[in-house]
Amino acid sequence: MPLNIRTYHELTEPDRSGLGEQIATQRRRLAARLAAVGRVIVVMSGKGGVGKSFVTAHLARALARAGRAVGVLDADLNGPTVAGLLEAGTARLVVGEDAVLPATGSDGVRLVSMAQLLADGQPLAFKGPPAESFVWRGAAEAGAIRELLADVAWGPLDVLLLDLPPGMQRFLELCDLLPAPPAVLTVTIPTPESRDAVRRALRAATERRSPLLGVVENMVDGPFAGTAGADLAVEFGVPVLARIPWHPTPDTWAVLAGRLG
Amino acid sequence: MKFLCVECDRQMTFEERQLPGDGTLAAAFRCPKCGRAVALLTNPMETQLVSSLGVKIGGATVPAEPLETIRGMVATGRDDAFTDDRQPTTGNSPAWSTEAQDRLSRVPGFVRGMVKKIYADYAKERGIDEITPAVMDAARSELGLEEM
Repeated sequence: MPLNIRTYHELTEPDRSGLGEQIATQRRRLAARLAAVGRVIVVMSGKGGVGKSFVTAHLARALARAGRAVGVLDADLNGPTVAGLLEAGTARLVVGEDAVLPATGSDGVRLVSMAQLLADGQPLAFKGPPAESFVWRGAAEAGAIRELLADVAWGPLDVLLLDLPPGMQRFLELCDLLPAPPAVLTVTIPTPESRDAVRRALRAATERRSPLLGVVENMVDGPFAGTAGADLAVEFGVPVLARIPWHPTPDTWAVLAGRLG
Repeated sequence: MKFLCVECDRQMTFEERQLPGDGTLAAAFRCPKCGRAVALLTNPMETQLVSSLGVKIGGATVPAEPLETIRGMVATGRDDAFTDDRQPTTGNSPAWSTEAQDRLSRVPGFVRGMVKKIYADYAKERGIDEITPAVMDAARSELGLEEM
C-alpha cells in the first residue's frame, strides 16, 4: 500500500534552513541595489566575435561624455575584455562594509569585470570537485553574476550596460535574476550567418518579453558582406541604431548614444 | 529541500550541520513529534551545487560578505584583487597572535580580507581580545567555515 506523503508545497512549517527564503533574500538584495539604476541594458548577440565588448565600451564612454552616469558589468566571465577597453583591467576593487566599489574607467565609466579579479592569464576556475563539474559550474557562474550585480555599490546610474558573452545562457540567467527583463541592444555583423545566429537570440529575448532597443551592425564597409542589420530590423520591427564602420570616430558613438536617449 | 516524518506526518526541523572537510556535507533533521532524526549526506558534487547557489543548509551563520561566493569559490583569483581594510563591525579590533597571523598569511590573498573580517567579528562578538589558532578553529567549526 503506498505511503500517504504530503507534497513539498504542502509542508509549510517554519524551517531554520529556509533555502527558499535565502534565495528570496538574494533577489531582494539585487533589486534594492539596482533601484537607483535608471535602465539596465544588455548588449548581446547570438554570435561570437561581432564586437559586443567593443560596442559596449565605446557606447558607455559616449554616454558618459554626454553627461550620463554609466556603469558597465562585464558579464563575460570566461572571456572578459571590456575592462581592458575601458582601461581598468587591473584596477583593485575596494571592499566596503556591504559592497565592493566599482573601478572607474575611461570617461568616468564605473566598471566591474572578472578581468580585475583573475590572476594574469588564468582561466576562471572554481574550487570544487572536477568530476562532473558541468552539474554545478553553471550555478556558480550565475551566482557570480548575481553577486556582481548585487554586491557592487553601483550608486545612482542612468544606465547600466551588461556586456554578455556569445550565446543565450547568460541572458536567460539575467532574466531570472533581474526584477524585470532587461532591455536588449543587439550587435551583429553584416553576414547572413551572423543574421541567423542573432535572430535566435532576438527570438529568445522576445519570448522573455525584453524590450528590444534595436540593432547595431558592426564592421560594415569591410570584408563582411550582407544585410543582416536591415534584415533583422525589418523582421523584429526595431531600428538599426548604428552601422559602425571599420574605423569609427567619436561621432559614430555619440550618434548611437543619442539614439538610445 | 524538506524532510517529512511520514509516520507522524510532520515536517522535520533542521538540527545540525557538519562539514567533515572532504567536500561532503552532513545535515541532521529531527521530527518535532517523535524525535526521530535523519541525516542528509551529500557527495562533493551535490555539496558544491548548494554552495554555488550561495545558500547554506541550516541557514546562514554569519552575515553575507560582499562577493562572498566569488571570493570563496574562485580558484584562480588575483592575490591583490581586493583592498579590504575593514575593521570589525563594532568596537576595536582584537589582536592577532603571531601564530594566528602566520596562519592567516597562508590564506590566499584573494579571500584573505574576507576571512580576516569574519574571524575578527567572531572574536569581537564573544569578547575575545586575542585571536589565536584555537579561536580560529572554534570559529571555523562554529560558523561552518571549513571551506575557508
